[in-house]
Amino acid sequence: MPRITGEGRHKPHAILATTSSDSHTWNLLFIQLLIEESGWSVANLGSCTPVGLLRDECLRQPPDMIVISTVNGHGAQEAPGIIAVLHAEPALDEIPVYLGGKLCTSTQDERDAVPGLLAAGYTGVLVGEDAVPVFRTALALAGARPRALARPRA
Amino acid sequence: MMAAPPPAGTFHDFMERARRADRLVVQPRMGFSSVERMRAGLIATRQAADWTAGTVTLDSYTRVGDLAATRRALREGHPLNGYPIVTLGPDTTREMLRGIRDATFPVQVRHGSAAPGAIFTALMACGLDATEGGPVSYCLPYGRVPLNVSVRAWREATRQLADLAATGVTPHLESFGGCMLGQLCPPSLLVAISVLECMFFAQQGIASVSLSYAQQTHPDQDAEAVAALRSIASDLLPQVAWHVVIYAYMGLYPATPAGAGDLLADAARLARRTGAARLIVKTAAEATQIPTIGDNVTALRVAAQAAATVSADTVPANTGPAKGTGIEAEARAIIEQVLSLNSDLGRALTAAFAMGYLDVPYCLHPDNAQRARSYIDADGYIRWGETGALPVSAGTRSRGHGLTSGELLHALSYVRDRYDTSDPALATHR
Repeated sequence: MPRITGEGRHKPHAILATTSSDSHTWNLLFIQLLIEESGWSVANLGSCTPVGLLRDECLRQPPDMIVISTVNGHGAQEAPGIIAVLHAEPALDEIPVYLGGKLCTSTQDERDAVPGLLAAGYTGVLVGEDAVPVFRTALALAGARPRALARPRA
Repeated sequence: MMAAPPPAGTFHDFMERARRADRLVVQPRMGFSSVERMRAGLIATRQAADWTAGTVTLDSYTRVGDLAATRRALREGHPLNGYPIVTLGPDTTREMLRGIRDATFPVQVRHGSAAPGAIFTALMACGLDATEGGPVSYCLPYGRVPLNVSVRAWREATRQLADLAATGVTPHLESFGGCMLGQLCPPSLLVAISVLECMFFAQQGIASVSLSYAQQTHPDQDAEAVAALRSIASDLLPQVAWHVVIYAYMGLYPATPAGAGDLLADAARLARRTGAARLIVKTAAEATQIPTIGDNVTALRVAAQAAATVSADTVPANTGPAKGTGIEAEARAIIEQVLSLNSDLGRALTAAFAMGYLDVPYCLHPDNAQRARSYIDADGYIRWGETGALPVSAGTRSRGHGLTSGELLHALSYVRDRYDTSDPALATHR
């Protein structure tokens, strides 16, 4: 489906997913609305997203941003596997990937986990009070020059 | 191979005794990957108050059947968010329960699986007889398993559990249908799904069920809903033993200890006022992390104390037709529409979602019609925004647009904000 704004530009596009063990959806619904309100289109892949489905969807319609939102406490364990699968695809290598939510079963473990997740390849790891404002800023910056403009579309 | 233990500690028998004693049973949500900690948690639960039931909540890898991930986490020492009952095997769990589970302290397994066969097999192998969930309530909100696949899996697993009756044990199964995403689901739909799932269990041969209802945004609306639930269950579940279980609020929980305690105490009073038999508590730690054993013990005590403040003569012995905003009539209309589709409850449920006669607001599952919408009205009641093809009409209001992220967050935070505030003007509706 073409995504054309009034100015004839493609809207920036995000793919939103969670980890394969996370059943929560309110976070996905909220993040979807947040992304849409920033002028983006978004494909919300829903709860317990199989990583293969995420990869295939990203290859089928390469997004300007990939967002992983998870709140069940297993995120820090599962997130490295997701970024490894995505980055195994050369076509997806340059797409920013943001991870956020509640990533561990305690807030201390979560703070400790952030550096490792950044090292694993996440563009940003958004936890705690300022996660939403930081995410809005990331959307504004990435949306200002969507990759879709620079790329021929199939 | 050890012989099966005598049927001590059956959940059904314990609930019958609690009913005769007219006491509210309080129960935590609690699950740890460490066997020692799980045992310590059950001991603490047993000692926390007079009438408690134990819970073994499973981890989310086990829930989705990813047993390789469970094994890897155990091997590498990563903490899981629950007890991996399938991976640990029956001997470990029997040993974990030894000397704890008995006639005065039953244990229920809580899990969240749309394909619970392996979990049911594992819990029965451990000598346990009580669990919960349902083909709709553990499918739609929690994953991507198609509804008809979940119905098939639940039909098979439920029949397997029902077979326990041959050993002299009365297995007990609780519907999770009174939760459905935890918040923003209109009470009539919660009541309808809870009843329909229990009818599904009964159709598979289960003789002891519980109907759930999760505390929502207004105590009067909740009381009307539970009265409706009891009234409808009396009519539609005549052949089975049933009781009502209240879940303390399942949405975004207050962040302050005072707010969390007040919300839980209100849930306990709701349970007592409406003649519910059991309450599943939430803890003050809920808003930030997985609760500790101590958090759970505190919550069980707060709930037991609050329940004790409701005098026995205000507990309704039975309920007449529910007065109020028409929850009972709406729930009955939904149930009748579903029952008219097929004499097999499983097929009826699947067809009802396909036709939008059942439609859970804001549920992203592909088998949910996603036309129904709800909102929290100015008076604190949850109301329909859009009813789609649901067989209800009363009191609907079309807003003409969906929620913004801010409105959604406001609705999701409504209860938290009210219980966390020290502003009495805001706190009046709670």
